Parts: sequence; structure tokens; C-alpha cells
Amino acid sequence: MTLEEKQQEIIQDFAIFDDWMEKYEYIIELGKELPIIQADKKTEDRLIIGCQSQVWLDSSLENGKMQFYADSDAIITKGIIGLLIRVLNNETPEDIAKVDLHFIREIGLQEHLSITRSNGLVSMIKKIKMSALMAV
Amino acid sequence: MIQGNKKKFNVREIREQFPALRQLIYGKNLIYFDNGATSQKPQMVLDAINLYYSKDNANIHRGVHYMSQQATNGYEDSRRTIQNYLNAEKSEEIIFTKGTTDGINLVAFSYGQLLSAGDEILITAMEHHSNIVPWQMLCERKGCVLKVAPINKKGELIMEAFDALLSKKTKLVAVTHISNALGTINPVKELAKKAHAVGAKILVDGAQSIQHTKIDVQDMNCDFFVFSSHKVFGPTGVGVLYGKEALLEKMPPYQGGGDMILKVTFERTTYNELPYKFEAGTPHIAGVICLAKAIEFLSSYDMEAIQKHEIELAEYAQDMLTTFEGVHIIGEAKKKTSVVSFTVDGLHPFDIGTLLDKQGIAVRTGHHCTQPLMDFYKIPGTIRASFAFYNTKEEIDFFISAVEKSINMLR
Repeated sequence: MTLEEKQQEIIQDFAIFDDWMEKYEYIIELGKELPIIQADKKTEDRLIIGCQSQVWLDSSLENGKMQFYADSDAIITKGIIGLLIRVLNNETPEDIAKVDLHFIREIGLQEHLSITRSNGLVSMIKKIKMSALMAV
Repeated sequence: MIQGNKKKFNVREIREQFPALRQLIYGKNLIYFDNGATSQKPQMVLDAINLYYSKDNANIHRGVHYMSQQATNGYEDSRRTIQNYLNAEKSEEIIFTKGTTDGINLVAFSYGQLLSAGDEILITAMEHHSNIVPWQMLCERKGCVLKVAPINKKGELIMEAFDALLSKKTKLVAVTHISNALGTINPVKELAKKAHAVGAKILVDGAQSIQHTKIDVQDMNCDFFVFSSHKVFGPTGVGVLYGKEALLEKMPPYQGGGDMILKVTFERTTYNELPYKFEAGTPHIAGVICLAKAIEFLSSYDMEAIQKHEIELAEYAQDMLTTFEGVHIIGEAKKKTSVVSFTVDGLHPFDIGTLLDKQGIAVRTGHHCTQPLMDFYKIPGTIRASFAFYNTKEEIDFFISAVEKSINMLR
């Protein structure tokens, strides 16, 4: 599946929800399911401090494809990270560096990327892009 | 209906005057419980803003023309309204600022110029960042020393520790009247007495008290009192610094510019008298005039009736919240205002705040600009519901069921 196809899949997943609470229920389930970073990797240098919640991010390059591991102390943030990782994992650094993550806007979660939330997600995406650029 | 010269307290009638409260958020009736952050504005304040810009808009203190005089009169009338409301001795003691933060920075700079290395500033562990950072900056500039009086787990100042930190070296006590994160009401009158006994001055941060308590600066005997208009139903971008005249006279100006000067030459400038010495540049004229309208609005109600209503709301919310497993109230001072800050075991305040938002409820989550205080409680933040006199018991019932729903979704 291409990067774009993965984004479209998430957009379709979210199309079935009628209201906000259903959307968040789904995000929370994603957040609960994902043990996405090992405890010993939750170190200072992998920490992205946000005003509201914190994010840990680690990445590696395996066979030319990027792998991301991340976590957050807030479940909703963690659920959104889960969506991001689903889209970005197993992609090349080149593709990640240039991708427009438009699905976030289209499923109505852009508020989590605005400065008013400052929950570390914006910095996380920046850091993902940086690590991809450095791996290119 | 008028009781004495005050209107009878009727929450329905009060609500009707706040258009912002009548709106749907994500299709749900707005429940606005973020009054600690800012308050909504009554129609008479909105009308005054409109009237000012539609009719009286002109620069003050310098025009000979009619409109400038109208604007100047409105601006100076507002100063007297604030003077009366705070019971300040003179209108020259009322300085208009951009807000509480600006007022504290003014004092930290101008009063700070009178201090020297080794002088001490005493604050408390429950201060907002805006009553911490300006003093740290002063300490860096002048070599002063910042002392912090600790609090107990209930969120009350530990008086013996405060006394022990107070000494002849203390030049200023800077303390919040009411904690924004905990709701604790500090005994500022008693603290003023203690500060004066060692020859120190006292600044009281009234950002959270101006809308909930009657302020009498002469009775409190504080040297400085600061507050923001927007927290007391007035416009944003304007605030007040009250300072005792003799002290303000001694302090050098904070900012230079128009209006604060008597005579300017390239060799030497002489400064204007109080209060203009501290009001450089064109001020927020509309904001100042409309702040007086907000004060008039608030003072048309009996403050005791407002307090009774707000405390009832807070106690009711607190009683209901503590029926849920794992909910902890942060801030359980004996003397407390209408703030309910809480945490839920295993759940992040951000998650609960996000789900409450989607149910139309505005609360504040996070550290409330009091990171040292959150460190003291070893929590990343709290969920804070802060009530105003226009909130109702029915809103709290809805809020409680929304909190329950959120907790169930997250657990």
C-alpha cells in the first residue's frame, strides 16, 4: 500500500463516525492497544515536551525503510501517534520527507496540530521529517 | 428588583446579559467553566465598546477638540470608578496597564530600581509564573535573592515557614490573593501586617480575586495591588496597578514615550506627575472605559450573594466529583474560592479535557502556568473547573455526567 493509499484508508475508517465522541472512542482504543516504545527507550533525548502532554520518539532505518516507535503519557495523543505511525512506517526517508499528512485535516483532528494544543505532536512530526531528511 | 441599591441575585437574569453563553459548541449547549482563565462579557460592556468606537474615538490628554475631550473624560472617569471600587485614597494611585502581568513587571522594574544586591523578594510556592519570572529577572539584574514560602498538601501557605523567611533583608512580599490553580484564599491583610513589621512592601496579585471578593486596598493595607480587566468581565489587554502614592512617587518610570513626560529636550527629559508618569504612549482607551462599565455591572450586585452562589457551585461540584473512584481534588484549603482542580488516577488531564470539550464543556487542563506548584504535587497538571456568578447547578450536573462518560471511555 502506498503512503497515499494508507492515508485514504484512515479517511474512510473515520467516515463512518457520526459524532465526535465516536471518533475519539476509536482514537482511544488505538491509544490503548499500542505499546509502541519500550520502557528503556523512554529517555530524555527521545522526549518531546509539549505544554499539555509529552511524546517519546525513536526511529531507525531498516533495509532502506523507516521504522518509528513512539509513545505519549496521554491516550488521545498516543492514539493519534498510532495513526501517524500506521501511515509512515515502512516508507522510504525520501517519501516521508516530502509527504503531506493531509489525512489529519480530513478526519478533523487538525486542532491537535495547532499551536493552541501544543501537545508535542507538531514537534513530533517535525522531528520525524528531520530524521527522514537525515537518513536520505 | 433592587435590594438596598443592589439588584437581587438571580442567575437566570444574569445569564441573559452574557450573549457568549448562548451558543452551541459541537452542537451542544456551551458550558463555560474556564472563568479562571477569562470571563465572558455582559451586553453593557459590548455596547460600551461599540459606542466608544462609533462615537467618542479620539486620542486622550492632548486634543483640544470635542471628541478628544470626551475620550479623556471617559478615561479619567474610569480611573475614579476603579479608585472607588478598590477604595484607593487617590485617583493618582490607579495606573492603567496591559494586565496583571504588565503591572507586576512594572513594579519589578521600577520598584526594583530602588533595590540593591542582597535584598530579598519573598513569594509563595503557589504563585502563577507571572508572579515568579519578573522577580527572577529582577534578581538577575540587581543581584537580589528570591525566597519561596512553602505550602502544605492542602494548598495553604505554611505561616511559620513564611515568618521564618521574612527578615530585615526582605524588601518585597509578592503574593497571590487567590491561587488560580488551587483556589486558596491567602490572608493578605495579615501578610501585609507581617511584611510591614520588617519594613518590607507587599504586592498582592488580584487576578483571581477581583471578580470574587470585595477589594479594599486601604483595609488590606497592601502597597501594590494588580489585576486584569478581562477576568472581571471587561475587555482583554487592559489592567490596573494600584500603588500607594508615596511609593509610586519614589519609583522611576517604567517605559518612556508620549504622555509620561513634562518636558523633553535632547539633553534632559523631565517626567510627568502621577499617574501619567507610568502610562507611556496611547493607552487602551476603549478598554479602560469599558473596564469601568464591567466594574459598574459587577457592583450592581451584592458581592456576598455572588460569593454564596459561587461557593455553593464549587462545593456541589467537589462533592459530586469525589463520588468517582480515583478522583482527587487538588487544593483543599479551608478558605477557598470557586475553583475545583482535580486529577483522575491513571488518566491524563489532557485526555479528559479533550473529551469534555467535545461535549461542549470548556475547562482548563494542564499546569495552569504554575509548573513549580504541579511539581510540588508531583502531577503533570490538573483539570480545572472555575465558576463565575453566571454558572448554574444544572450545568454542573451536566458536567459531572460528562466527566463520568469521559472517565469510562478512557479506562
